[in-house]
Order: sequence, then structure tokens, then C-alpha cells
Amino acid sequence: MLDVQEVTVRFGGINALTDVSLQVGAGEAVGLVGPNGAGKTTLFNCLLGIVRPNSGRISFDGRDLARLPTYRRARLGIGRTFQRVELFAGMTAREHLLVAERSRRGDGSLLKDMLNKGRPSAPEISIADETLALLGIEEHAEQPVEALTLGQSRLVELGRALVGDPRLLLLDEPSSGLDVTETLALAKVLADVRAHRGTAILLVEHDLDLVRRAVDRLHVLDFGRTIATGSCAEVLRHEAVIIAYLGVSAQ
Amino acid sequence: MYGLVAVGLVLTYKTSGVFNFAFGAQAFTSAVVFFILVRDHNWPLVPAAFFAVIVVSIALGLVLDRFIFRLLRTAPVLPKLVATIGLMVGIPETIKAIFGGATRNAPPSLAVGDGFHLGSFSMTADGVATLVATLATVIVLTVLFQWTPIGLRMRAVVESHRLVELNGINAERVSRFSWLLSSVLAGMAGVLLAPLFSVVDSNVFTLLIVAASACAVFAGLSSIPLALVGGIVLGALQQLLAHHLPLNSVLARNIRPSMPFILLAVLLLVRPGLRHKDTTDPLSGVDPPPPALAVTYMDPRLAKINKLLFLGFVTAVCLAVIFFLPGLWVSYLAEGLALTTIFLSITVLVGIGGQISLCQASFAGLGAFTAGQLATRWDFPLYAGIIVGALVAAALGALIALPCIRLGGLYLALGTLAFALMLQNTLFVEEWLTGSEGGVDVPRPLIGSIDFANDRAFFFFAFAVFAICGYAVVLLRRGTTGQYLAALRGSEVAAAAVGINPIRAKVTVFAVSAAIAGAGGALYASYLETARPDDFNAIQGLFWVLLVVTLGPRTVDGALNAGMAFVLLPPLLADIFHVPSDLVVPIQFALFGFGAVTFARHQEGIVEYRKRASIEKFNARLTRWFGPAKTKEPAAAPPPAPAAAGR
Repeated sequence: MLDVQEVTVRFGGINALTDVSLQVGAGEAVGLVGPNGAGKTTLFNCLLGIVRPNSGRISFDGRDLARLPTYRRARLGIGRTFQRVELFAGMTAREHLLVAERSRRGDGSLLKDMLNKGRPSAPEISIADETLALLGIEEHAEQPVEALTLGQSRLVELGRALVGDPRLLLLDEPSSGLDVTETLALAKVLADVRAHRGTAILLVEHDLDLVRRAVDRLHVLDFGRTIATGSCAEVLRHEAVIIAYLGVSAQ
Repeated sequence: MYGLVAVGLVLTYKTSGVFNFAFGAQAFTSAVVFFILVRDHNWPLVPAAFFAVIVVSIALGLVLDRFIFRLLRTAPVLPKLVATIGLMVGIPETIKAIFGGATRNAPPSLAVGDGFHLGSFSMTADGVATLVATLATVIVLTVLFQWTPIGLRMRAVVESHRLVELNGINAERVSRFSWLLSSVLAGMAGVLLAPLFSVVDSNVFTLLIVAASACAVFAGLSSIPLALVGGIVLGALQQLLAHHLPLNSVLARNIRPSMPFILLAVLLLVRPGLRHKDTTDPLSGVDPPPPALAVTYMDPRLAKINKLLFLGFVTAVCLAVIFFLPGLWVSYLAEGLALTTIFLSITVLVGIGGQISLCQASFAGLGAFTAGQLATRWDFPLYAGIIVGALVAAALGALIALPCIRLGGLYLALGTLAFALMLQNTLFVEEWLTGSEGGVDVPRPLIGSIDFANDRAFFFFAFAVFAICGYAVVLLRRGTTGQYLAALRGSEVAAAAVGINPIRAKVTVFAVSAAIAGAGGALYASYLETARPDDFNAIQGLFWVLLVVTLGPRTVDGALNAGMAFVLLPPLLADIFHVPSDLVVPIQFALFGFGAVTFARHQEGIVEYRKRASIEKFNARLTRWFGPAKTKEPAAAPPPAPAAAGR
């Protein structure tokens, strides 16, 4: 479904990504791991069109993404969460989901607003509440997001990414800043999402426990290059991976 | 002559992150003091210059630093802009109120000798003095920045105020030093530049700031030598144009005065690297999120009482207008409503769109001239003129928004201001548009057989237009577009990631705002029965923005307060406080100018802030008298959690 072919990104003289290729099939969960600075977030930004690759090709469902701006890619069915929480200040959790759901459909003409037809309809609200329930934060629906804890904020972000039924979910370190219980809850939510919606997931994460629970396949980056790819068990035994993570040779 | 100002602008921006629109106002202050000392008190030139440049600038700088800039350094872009623009309006008016507003011709000059000539270039002695002073300043500043400890600290403070403090340096003191340095530069610019204009006038300095900002932008707001080069190039270009364009041609008449603004606009559009330079502070990630603009919870009973009171108030005002208010006050109220309609356009843009535009007066003017021309040439009825005027303004608004909107923040403000000045110097001087005797007639409305010619009837017409526009604003805020814009204000990147088209949303709000401004402008011109370029000049527009932002940019009643304040304050000052008539306007401008500074603290506008406080008080009182409200209360909000952990 997602097909990344030999993508290279240069910032000044530094190669942030070099010839990275990666595939994610429909409904599949892939983990993207690597030390800090390996280029994981840069790859995410490429997928969403925030950074333009210098060379290489990214396609989604066989469609070349190169010329599409971020919002068009979102409407094709790519949802994303951020490493540093990016919520809409002043809006409640439910409003986050309502806005996201509507914008993914590309709805929102000025004429409708002027005819006072801009308010959320009952079906829209029920879609939002369903997603909030799936994430277990329905009791916070009415609260402005500033009042939520970091863990709850991350769930609101996840809900916002999920609400228009995207086929691919990009998660950027969803567990950073969460404690052990919250991380476990997150793993369960991710499993639920896959079970209920069949959403494909590309997960950037340092917590290898969470990664092992949540994904089928791993893709390891170091200094912008792919150093290993395969099933979790295979990859974590891979010599280059151990060197990259522990900084010593496997001997 | 642009060089010195540009260097000053870059210096403040570099050391405090504030683009100091008030630089011209500080320069003006020193120039006036210098003028008074030399002309009225017969001080010798050198001590007078020393006093005006060093003592006055530093004193003014310290006062401003203590009360305003200290608060601004860590503020977001919008409050920074609004506060300095407020000072730009407020300071000169205060000076006029203190020292009298008479024009001061032929300011004294420090220069000696005859100037010099080289081919087609010629320079007066004042020009030479300015050039020498500018060069000396640049050399001193460059040395200061590159090779001294304080220079290093100054550069570090801009990068991250807090990191520097964590390293044991008193960042406040460094900031204050650099601020005083730029104040002295402003004073120097004032004293040196005043003779070049042959009159000490605050408007000259305001225009100078905008023109010089073209050079500052050329220097990317960071390189002092480049700013100087930009200043010299701009000055030379203007001289060249003066020599090579045929006199009295359209080009010579229109292009030359607006050249700096055209240049600024072009630079903003083509200079790479201006976009996405928001925050560079490495510690910004550990900040708690900015406090949410307050959501007021209103007791349902209070809401009901409020609604009844409001309806009662509107009815009372209408009845009063019909039956017993004296004609003068009716006309004030009608004027206030017309202005309020223009101000609603600012509410839409600043309050809902989170953007700033300093060319709303141009859109209003465009609407007014369109309606006027349609009425005088083709006998269009006024209501049709208002609609067409709104459409023309909307089209132009969208056209301007398309290239400018990506820039955001400071650059959007500069770009729109440049555009307003450009329009004022080119289009608004053309007779086919603005009429031959400095204005075009705009009729009072006439619908069918109902004539709205007298002020009482016009009040109701204005009220209807205002109500329509006000309702449109409410619908926009409540509707999808308003929600999208709220999301964009929260996080642009996240908004795009859920499928919101940021450019479309922003261009839409810009066009709607321009349309409302156009309609309001036509209405206002109809109240005045004529549309003159002077009523819609760029400086007037600046003042309007300040007023709305001060009194509450987020709500329709904020705009209404602003409109009424604008027309009612002068008569109140004159009749009740017995302010002498020549001081009324300066005091009014100074009040609103300094009022804008409060925006740095209360971003919902000062009146809205007080209103929220009193609503909370009434909620508590109702609860005490009648027990808690029966509907369910929202859960008490725990204190906000820190936004994110470091990476």
C-alpha cells in the first residue's frame, strides 16, 4: 500500500536519508527503529510532504505522492501523530475529532457556514464519540485539551488521526513521556485499533517492548541508511543493529 | 538616509526579537526636543544634540523598557507587533500634546559645508553627515557584535533567553543594554534626518520606518552591513528614478513615492529564507503550552438575563434615536455603526483568522470609491454599490492574500502595510477612481420609496448593514471555516496533517474580511456623503487595527465598542472633561495607542478581559442567592499539564 523507493534527503551537506526503501502492506504493522538522529522523523515528514525528498519516489496505493501537499495526502487516508504533542489549543477533545473528520472529507464550504449549516450533525458526533470510546477517553470529550494529562493528550492525537478511518497510521514515538502503565494501555489501544479497523501502522518507537507487542515487522535505520529489515526476532539478533544500539561489536 | 534607520531596526530585531515600529516615534521625539532646544531656547548645536540624542533617548528607552519591552521579549509575534505599532501611534501624539502640534519648519542641522556632487549624484551637507554617522555606527556595531563579550552575550540572548540565564548571565541586563543602544540610534537618526525633510513631522518618520524596513528585510533582519547596503541602494534608486523618469508622467507621479513600498513587497515575495523562521529557541520544547484564551462559562440564568437586557438595550437605543436623542448624538451613533462594520473586518481577520493585516483601510476605501463611482456614473442605488464594493474588495483581498499569506506574522504585517501605502500613492491618487476635487460623492441610501437621507433614518440602515455583517461573522466563527482556522491557530502542521488546506482557509478569511471592510467603507462614505482618500489612508488603518485589538478583537461586541469609542471619545473629551479642542485628537490617539500595549498582557482585549472577570463574579453571586444552577456544570479543569517532554 505504502511504497517508498530509494528516498534521499539532504539538509545542506548532510544526508538525513540515503536510498531508503520501505513497504507497508494493507493492515500490516511495521516498526521503524533506530538511534536518535537516524532519520525516522525525517522519513515521516517526507511521507506527509512536510519535507521534500531530493530523490526517490513515494507512492500510496500506486499513486505518486510527489506533488501532493500535506492536506491532500491526509485526505488520501494517511493519519499521523507527532512526537511533540501538537493539539489545537482551546478546543475540546471532541471538537478535535469533529474537525479532523470533516476536513478529511474535504467538507467545509463558506456558503454552508453562511447558511448556518456548519454545525456538527448527529452522525458526525456519533463517529467522534465512537472513536473516543475506542480509545477509552470518552469521559474527557467535553474538556479543553489543556486540561488533559500528557497520556490523554496523546490519545486525543491518536483519535484525531484515526477519526476519518485512515488506511495508514504514522505514529511518531507515541510512548515518549508516558509511564509504564500508560504505555501498556497504549499498546492495548493499538491492538484494538488494528483489530477493529484493520488500519496499517508505521510506528517509530524507542520502547522495544511496545514495538514487539505492536508490530509484525521491523525496519532499522542508522545514519539515514537501512541497516536491517525483517521480523522482530530476526532483526534484533542482527549484528549491525546491536552495534548501532549498543555501540559495541557483537563479540 | 534609509541606512541608519534600517541599521537601527535590524539591531533591535537582532537583540530583542521585536520589530520596533516605534523606532520612528523615538526618532521623532529626539528630533522635536532638538528643535525646541535650538530654535526656542537658543541652545548651541552640540550640547543640544548631545542632550537630545543621549539623554532624551536613553530616558525614553529606559521608561519603555521598564513598562513595555520587558514584557514583550518573550511574547508571541502578534502582541509584539501590536504593542510597537501602538507606541508608533501613541508616542508622537503624546509629544504633540505636550509640546503643541504646530508644524516645525526648517529644523536646525548639524552639518557643515556645501555637500558634494559626482556626476548625476548630488548630496547635501546633511546627506554627507548622515552617511558618515551611519558608516561609523555600522563599524562600531560590527566590532561590538563580533569581538566583545557583551556582543557575544547579545547574540546569545536572541538565540535563547533562558539558555543564557541558565548559564549564569543576567539576560535582562543584556537585553536592556541592547535596547538602550538602539534607542540612542533612534535619537541619532531623528536629529540627523530631520533636516533632510525640512519639517519635523511624525508622519514622515512613520513612512521612513516602512521604507527602511525594505532595507531591513533585504538584510534578512539580521545583517547590519547588509542593511546599510540596502539603504544606500534604495536611496540611489530613488535618485536615479527622479532623474530618468519623465516629469509629470503617470510613472513619475505615482511610482517614485511608492518605490520603497513596491520594493518591500517584491522583496517579501522573492527573498528566500524568510519563511518558517519562527522559533529558534532550543528550550521552546519544554515550555508549557500558551494559556488558552479563556472560555467563559456563563450561568444559564445569567445568559438569559443578559439576552433580555441586550434586547431591551437595543430597543431602548432605537426608540431613543426615533424620539428624543438630539440630532448630533444620532449622527455620532450612525457614524459609529458604519465604522463598526469596517472594524468587524478586523475582528474576522485577527480574532478568528489569527492573521494581521494593516491594509484594511485600503479595502474600505476601495469599497467606498467603487460605490461612489457606480452611483455618480451609472446611478447605481447605494445598497447595490455596497454589495459590488464588497465584492471588489474581496477579489483584491484574495489576490493580495495568495502571495502574502504564506509569510505570516511580522512579514504579513509589513507586506500589507507596504501594500496599503502603495495603493495610497498610486491608485488612490487617480482621478478616475477617487474624483477630481479630492473626493467622490456617495449618496445616502434609497430603497424603493424609503429614503434614508436624514441621520435618523440612516442610523437604521447602518444598523441593518452592521447586523448582517455581524451575523455573518458569528456564523463564520461557529461554522467549519472558523473551526479550521481555530485548528490552524493551534498547530498549523497538525491541521494540515488532518486534511485542512491552510492556504484555502486563510485566503477565505482574508477575502471575507476584505469584503466586510469594503461594505463598511461604502457605508461609512455614505454617512459622510463623500469618499475621500484621506479618510482611508494607511495610517488611519493602522489606528483602526490598534483600536479593535485593544478593545476586544475576538467578538462582535468588541468591534462595536471600538466603533463607538472612536466616535464618542472626542465629544466626551471635549464636552465633559473640557479638553481644549486642539488637544482632543492627540489625546485620543495617544490613549488608544498606549492602550494597545495592554494587548501584550490580555490577548482577548482589555474589555473582554474585564467582562469575563465580571461574568465570573455574577455567576458566583447568582449561585449564592439562588443556589447552584440546575444544568450540569462542566468538570472542574485541573491545571494544564506540561506540553511535552524533551526528545
